[in-house]
Amino acid sequence: MSTLATQITTAEVSEIRHRRIVDAVIEKVIYTSAFVSITIIFLIFLYVGKEALPVFTSAKVHEEVTLKMMFLPQHYGTAEAPVSYMWQPISQVPKYSLAPLLLGTFKVTLMAMLFATPLSVFAAIYTTEFAPRWLREIIKPAIELLAGIPSVVLGFFALIVLASWVQKIFDFEYRLNAVNAGIALGLAVIPVMYTIMEDALTAVPRKQRDAARALGATPWETAWKVVLPSALPGVLAGFILGFGRAMGETMIVLMASGNAAITSWTFAESVRTLSATIASELAEVVFGSPHYHVLFFVGTLLFAITFILNWLGTTIVGRLRRKLTGAIA
Amino acid sequence: MKKAALYLSLVAALVVSSAALVQAQGKNITVKGSDTMVILGQRWAEVFMSKNTGLTVQVTGGGSGTGIAALINGTTDVAEASRPMKDGEKADAKSKRGKEVLELPVAVDGLAVYVNEANPIAELTLQQLKAIYTGAVKNWKDVGGSDQKIILYSRENNSGTYVYFKEHVLENGDYYPTAQTLPGTAAVINAVAQDKRGIGYGGIAYGKGIKHLRVKKDANSPAIEPTMENVLTSKYPISRYLYWYLAGQPTGDLRKFTDWVYSKEGQEVIEKVGYYPLNDTDRTNFSSRLTGAGPAKVAAVASKKKS
Repeated sequence: MSTLATQITTAEVSEIRHRRIVDAVIEKVIYTSAFVSITIIFLIFLYVGKEALPVFTSAKVHEEVTLKMMFLPQHYGTAEAPVSYMWQPISQVPKYSLAPLLLGTFKVTLMAMLFATPLSVFAAIYTTEFAPRWLREIIKPAIELLAGIPSVVLGFFALIVLASWVQKIFDFEYRLNAVNAGIALGLAVIPVMYTIMEDALTAVPRKQRDAARALGATPWETAWKVVLPSALPGVLAGFILGFGRAMGETMIVLMASGNAAITSWTFAESVRTLSATIASELAEVVFGSPHYHVLFFVGTLLFAITFILNWLGTTIVGRLRRKLTGAIA
Repeated sequence: MKKAALYLSLVAALVVSSAALVQAQGKNITVKGSDTMVILGQRWAEVFMSKNTGLTVQVTGGGSGTGIAALINGTTDVAEASRPMKDGEKADAKSKRGKEVLELPVAVDGLAVYVNEANPIAELTLQQLKAIYTGAVKNWKDVGGSDQKIILYSRENNSGTYVYFKEHVLENGDYYPTAQTLPGTAAVINAVAQDKRGIGYGGIAYGKGIKHLRVKKDANSPAIEPTMENVLTSKYPISRYLYWYLAGQPTGDLRKFTDWVYSKEGQEVIEKVGYYPLNDTDRTNFSSRLTGAGPAKVAAVASKKKS
């Protein structure tokens, strides 16, 4: 018998065995949680895709709507009628053009990003580079608290209060419009973007700031030309996540945008988004009807768009990060 | 791979067992559908349950279409709807449930048209309302008002109110695309109260900053105010039935419940919730459908709309 073996008592052996079992059980539990979440997401996607499939395959759906009718302008009514895009699913002749919905989603999201991006970037730069510690300890949680406001409350605020302000300031004809919804949506997106951007800026090594200041750069030059560029991948990641959140957000646009499905490029008019359309119509639709399948198709489209954006985002961020760290090394 | 299969089956087992649990919850009556009617349904259920202990009535909303879909799929006993069921839906229900759908108008509701209180307009004909909402008329001066654009407010197309207004005022024409659709009567009233050029429609509810238009059937008929009396006597032109739909003739507890809804006591509940009870002719007519003796089709409804 070796000396090592004699030092381990049987009690210790059983304790080690016990700890190994606990360890194995915990590992299984964690593995299960991860697996269940992935399974659920996959099953949901499968279900949504399955319900959207008849848009491509079912003859019954094609009697009412085809892919061409969803994306190309149509002559509604007589053949002489001018071509237009219309979303009027509850009609003698149902009209399912997705153009007003895609345009509406694009307009509101763009407006939200135009409003939220500069605010988030500058707020993040201020808190990491300029604010004294005590002030940062107040600002950061305060902005993050904004994420805790339920979107229905933000939507209600936009519907009742913000819309009147916006109309007064810009003198818009329509009280509920893309600008109003965009600003409200921006409020929901700011905490998402700010948190990620702030983390990215904080992660820039102290050394870089000191070096810039030693070379005679002002604090602003340091922040804008040194810290921000090296945090760019993180800032971009924040932007992309915010973009995805803005596109999928439903309740705010449902309440604040007026939901009129029109194709116009001006931000002063009412818009209807993909997500608000699903939210307001799916509950009422006849189960298994063409309208039902089209709504699931809209959902799949929304999923695909955000998925592609996120994927593009991570790819760009990854490439940029490699390039930046490569340049430093 | 084996592990993955095991976990997948575990998840599946969980889903199936929880679904079975929901199914196993005893014998009760489920009522589902129109959001307009959900409070009415709940009040009916409360009063009825207090008189019949041991019986549970579950009432949920979701919209007329949701209730009808549930009736078709056999997941509810009663579908509440603020619009009549479409022929296609009735056929679906018959083929899936194997029974003819029983249509029971149980109450009456009126729709009001609102404008901002600063708007000088006080009355419009149905024809003018149609022209306004289909976009043929875009300026208030064309219907006798001041020279300013008309801003349209509408309900979301998931609501029975939207469908009813479309069928009976727009005569199945499409809403003009610039019509802003809002979730709920309260949102429409609020929007019109904030917008001097706005027009909206919804339940007969009062709100600050708006006024109800008197509605004329045509240019020669009198302008009628949306009051209880005018709705009840069918003088007011934009009123509708609220429906219950059942799969086939009700039996047992469900029969007791439907009979009670048509009783004096059941009809009294309607007024307390803010809708209008059926008049006596309608009440005898429609309740006789429960015995299978009444007219199978809604002849009375059709004649009411035309008169």
